[in-house]
Amino acid sequence: MRSYLVRRLLAIVPTLLAVSVVIFLLLHSAPGGPMAVYANNPNVDPADLARLEASLGLHDPYPVQYVKWLGAMLTGNWGISYKYARPVGGILGERLLATLQLVLASLVIASAVAVPVGVLAATTRPALQRLIGSITMLGVSVPTFWLGIVVLLVFSVKLRVLPSGGMATIGAGFDLADRLWHVAGPAAVLATLEIAGWSRYLRSMLLEAMGQDYIRTARAKGLGEAGVILRHGLRNALLPLITLLGLQGGRLVGGAMITETVFSWPGMGRLLVESLAARDYPVLMASFMLMAVLVLAGNLLADLSYGVADPRIRLD
Amino acid sequence: MAGAGVGMEGSRSAAAGAVLERGTGERRRGGRLWARLRHDPVAAASAVFLLLVTLAAVLAPALAPHDPSAIIDRPMAPAGGETRLGTDDLGRDLVSRLLYASRVSLAVGVGAAMLTVLIGTLIGSLAGFYGGRIDLALSGLINLMLSIPTLPLALVISAFIEIDLPLLILVIGGVSWTGVARIVRAEVLSLREREFVVGGRALGARDSRLVGRYILVNAVPPIIVAATLQVATAILAESALSYLGYGIQPPVASWGNMLQNAQRYLRTAPELAVYPGLLISVTVVSINFLGDALRDALDPARRGAPNW
Repeated sequence: MRSYLVRRLLAIVPTLLAVSVVIFLLLHSAPGGPMAVYANNPNVDPADLARLEASLGLHDPYPVQYVKWLGAMLTGNWGISYKYARPVGGILGERLLATLQLVLASLVIASAVAVPVGVLAATTRPALQRLIGSITMLGVSVPTFWLGIVVLLVFSVKLRVLPSGGMATIGAGFDLADRLWHVAGPAAVLATLEIAGWSRYLRSMLLEAMGQDYIRTARAKGLGEAGVILRHGLRNALLPLITLLGLQGGRLVGGAMITETVFSWPGMGRLLVESLAARDYPVLMASFMLMAVLVLAGNLLADLSYGVADPRIRLD
Repeated sequence: MAGAGVGMEGSRSAAAGAVLERGTGERRRGGRLWARLRHDPVAAASAVFLLLVTLAAVLAPALAPHDPSAIIDRPMAPAGGETRLGTDDLGRDLVSRLLYASRVSLAVGVGAAMLTVLIGTLIGSLAGFYGGRIDLALSGLINLMLSIPTLPLALVISAFIEIDLPLLILVIGGVSWTGVARIVRAEVLSLREREFVVGGRALGARDSRLVGRYILVNAVPPIIVAATLQVATAILAESALSYLGYGIQPPVASWGNMLQNAQRYLRTAPELAVYPGLLISVTVVSINFLGDALRDALDPARRGAPNW
């Protein structure tokens, strides 16, 4: 187990290095460059521009800039945001926290709905199975941002039961009910895709599990059908879902990007969109590295927890 | 010399055999798809809808009642009179814009899916066929692509270039080929040691011929299924990028960028937000249903898997 962990962690290093090179080259080959924002500003004269470029080290050759940047990233000095004039680390911390709240809320909704739907989809009458199948297919096909817009239209504009966006009522102190009220819309939208995907996956896993010998054993010893499904079938069908959960870490950040934009949720995804508009390079580079770390950590965690949850799998 | 000649003869007849077999195989699969469509009303309805959307896209210039960029009435005029669905926030005919937008969205979907298959097949078959260092390097590339979330990556690239339709296809196709590459790699790995491939090699077939005429031919069904589902993914990606303002640029209409301003007018003209999103959703769900039917019909490995 420990040697497996060490090997996996070592394998992550070259991937992260490659990601850092790609991100660095991508953002540095962008036309206009980091100074494009200032170049069009009439209040910034060319001398200032040159001074700024020199102080940011933009005159160094690319390899030198890359090594400097990588060194700074590794020592926790993620630079100063061009837009917010604050250390990038602090901004990312706040935004990541907001995204995690949203993602956590959506995961709670998703697992609470997806598991019963998946079980129902595998065990109910065929006609009903097909109906659930069609609905979940619709769930994976609707564009996230449009679903968000429709939720806003129905619940915020027409019915006036949900806020039109944001994380909390402006000016109010911390209030759990207020926070939950704000997170409900975006979390439900973000959860829709997961519910649809997971319940489809869970259904096929459950159908596969129900064909196994231990199910026949459970039935043979006189266990009721509900007990067979829940105690024996579902327990085994849920295992692969762990992997899916880990693999979706990165996708949730990407999906949250859209949802956060629609609902003005101040998270990582919205930060990315804002930084892009402002050409805020330090924030963009650090965000991409952070996302890559999250994806790789999610994959590793999924594999590890799978090894813990399923005694048939030994990690070594 | 003579030996080489015989080898070429041999491989040609072997290839002819493969082509014959492939012909009947495809007919059989085609028949299976047809049978599936006849017994599956949802898949059949999806196929009909996609046919209609494609027709509407192709015939948009003939069908559109107005120039999609022309201002014909006051902004957000209600339906009726000159227009079937009213006008958008600038006073342009909504029906005409939806029609022309379908051309852009379908072009991105199909174009990006084709590019995905091209890149994915190339990289997957190189990695699977040669193995060793080449596989290590290409698998590393695939892992690299998988660790950068696709949508943000596409967003950054399209924000930094002057994006237009062909470039958008390149960007979306260029970041989403990993799925196909992994499928093809696995297929090639499992096929390359089979008798008929070893036989082809013994007959003197070059690598490119072995991959193209012996191996990939047998990997076509899963590739077709992946390509179909990729069309849906690409349409969704286009709409998301355009919604965020980094996809298709106005005044050209796409289903995604028609939604860009819709949120601002949610209180005054909610129908602006409804129609394009509805079209995207129904198109994508139809492609997904059809993809499922295709999978059942084409992919023998998955046959017998429970249907919905």
